[in-house]
Amino acid sequence: MNLRPDPTFHATAKLAMQAPVETLAFTLMLSPDGSQPDGLAVVDVDPKSDTYGQIVHSLFMPNKGDEFHHFGWNACSSALSPLTGHAFLERRYLIIPGIRSSRIYVIDVKEPLKAKIHKIIEPEELFEKTGYSRPHTIHCGPEGIYVSTLGGGGEDGTDGPPGIFIMDCETFEILGRYEMDRGIQDKHYDFWWNLPRDYMVSSEWGLPPQFENGIVPEDLLSNKYGHTIHFWDLRGRKVTKSIDLGANHQMALEIRPAHDPVKEYGFCGVVVDTSNLQGAIFTWWRDEDGEWQAKKTITIDPVPADADDLPELLKGFGACPPLVTDIDLSLDDRFLYVACWGLGEMHQYDVSDPMNPKLAGKVEIGGIVKKTPHPNGKDFGYGPQMVEISRDGKRVYWTNSLYSTWDDQFYPGDRGAAMVMADVGENGGLTLNKDFWVDFPEGYRSHQIRLEGGDCSTDSFCYPSV
Amino acid sequence: MSVTALWWAVIVSGIYHGVNPGMGWPLAVSAALMERKTSALPGALFALAGGHFLAMTAILLPFSMMAALVMWEAEIRIGAGLIVIALGVYLLINRRHPRFLARVPPSRLALWSFLAAMAHGAGLMLVPIYLGLCAPETLDAGHRAASDLMTANIWTAFWVAAVHTAAMTLAGGALAAGMYFWLGLKFLSRTWFNLDVVWALSLIVVGGIGIFTAGH
Repeated sequence: MNLRPDPTFHATAKLAMQAPVETLAFTLMLSPDGSQPDGLAVVDVDPKSDTYGQIVHSLFMPNKGDEFHHFGWNACSSALSPLTGHAFLERRYLIIPGIRSSRIYVIDVKEPLKAKIHKIIEPEELFEKTGYSRPHTIHCGPEGIYVSTLGGGGEDGTDGPPGIFIMDCETFEILGRYEMDRGIQDKHYDFWWNLPRDYMVSSEWGLPPQFENGIVPEDLLSNKYGHTIHFWDLRGRKVTKSIDLGANHQMALEIRPAHDPVKEYGFCGVVVDTSNLQGAIFTWWRDEDGEWQAKKTITIDPVPADADDLPELLKGFGACPPLVTDIDLSLDDRFLYVACWGLGEMHQYDVSDPMNPKLAGKVEIGGIVKKTPHPNGKDFGYGPQMVEISRDGKRVYWTNSLYSTWDDQFYPGDRGAAMVMADVGENGGLTLNKDFWVDFPEGYRSHQIRLEGGDCSTDSFCYPSV
Repeated sequence: MSVTALWWAVIVSGIYHGVNPGMGWPLAVSAALMERKTSALPGALFALAGGHFLAMTAILLPFSMMAALVMWEAEIRIGAGLIVIALGVYLLINRRHPRFLARVPPSRLALWSFLAAMAHGAGLMLVPIYLGLCAPETLDAGHRAASDLMTANIWTAFWVAAVHTAAMTLAGGALAAGMYFWLGLKFLSRTWFNLDVVWALSLIVVGGIGIFTAGH
């Protein structure tokens, strides 16, 4: 407990943009075959430092086979609402779930270069207290830390629907399930909210048998992955509306609401449209009558390709799908970054008008067919995937692994971990920074990035940016 | 303690509750910004004040009944002081915030304010002061009917709650308006201090004074 609010908590997104820039990043490292323990890399992102772009500290876990994926903070700017009653929490612990093992690590990064394990929650405790498995997205909410899960109970995670559970934000005790009335929600992936407006939006990937051993082509072609987003009464814990984006819009993943809580809209990325292999972004919003709506506002076309250049899975299609696997919105709600993991492109859209996004910048790197190298000459394996934006919106970082078994299907062979950064132009535009390239230890892949002091997919703001 | 000093204590405790962001004034700033209209600021303050006033009266009224039991006056004041001290000690040991408060929707500010005041013992803090104010009435109690006495005590309870809430609302309102019109939201994180320990100690001090003055 502090005597003053943590200096990295900001009342508005605008104040967060004006805060000192990040000097460190935290990146998850996973061992794709489980032969080594997964770890947390602390990366120097201060261009004035001698160790710029290098891993300056690594913490490896005592277990193997966790498969690190997403992670988050114990506390964020949401603490600055009197309604939460936790204004004096410290942003100090990273909550890192193992998506494969269902084990949860709480890592103390008060001294980032001496990051240490604070607590481990074993899978059995999670199963027993929640009936959920495969924990995923972390957000700091009204009653503590909210964690989404991808699996229900039982060996293969299909005994009951997956959902969200709540952890105490000080003791990290698992308190129990969140939902009181989930409606038709039977799959889960991401979630985020608007705290003062008291709503939450959640999305769907697929159930564990549909992803753990790789993508199931029959399920994809018969549109059995998730394609519905759910709108919740946040504190009432019930679904108020579910919008089916259309069965062909397979895998509705990242939910990115506008950071300014005055705005009642946001975005959701769809990996692939099975009718034409396009990638898509939907804009969702609340209309004048208070009804939730969603509309497709961005489509990204597949690129025709020779079957010889395509992996087994895609040979029959004669085209490379964009595969929109991650999206992220800058704190001023102006630029939406869209990772096209299949094409090997990072797109930047100006979403000042959320109903009419305009392509403002683009970077090509990696890709199934193109395999574009980094400007420093090095090969960038896989494609742009987990993307994180600096608070000031001037730097965009990303890594290249999607999920161990899926990496191997779309990009056979081991292609190495990468983390790169692109500079953002004054009025948009995106250029890869040729001086920033992170080398990872042998045999690892890289996944989500968190920036010291918060970033564009962690903090929830309770006051408007005026 | 003189009656004037006690009334000042009612006002000062109101200001003290009012300036604490944890009691809600930032929500008034948020309301005005979210609704993009200045009138939402006093509207939210009014809701917060309503909830706080109710919480004060809910605590004070039962004591106003008891205060009519003249022959037990000292015992009641000592007992009340002990309850207030006990809550202070409890809040010192248990620093955890009640989680049920987070279940209240942001649109129901009056309910939230009521529950927050109850959970933090804001009403109890007033009890020793209130009983002190009732005491002079009891000096000539022998000459007055119990029903008169009770009526007088009830009115005192309402006045204490009203004056306290008015002081709280003015203090919180001044900060909210200052932040909304001039200072900006940066002011919020810079001026928010952790008063948990001070708050708990205040309860102990107020309870102690209540007990001390009961015997005099």
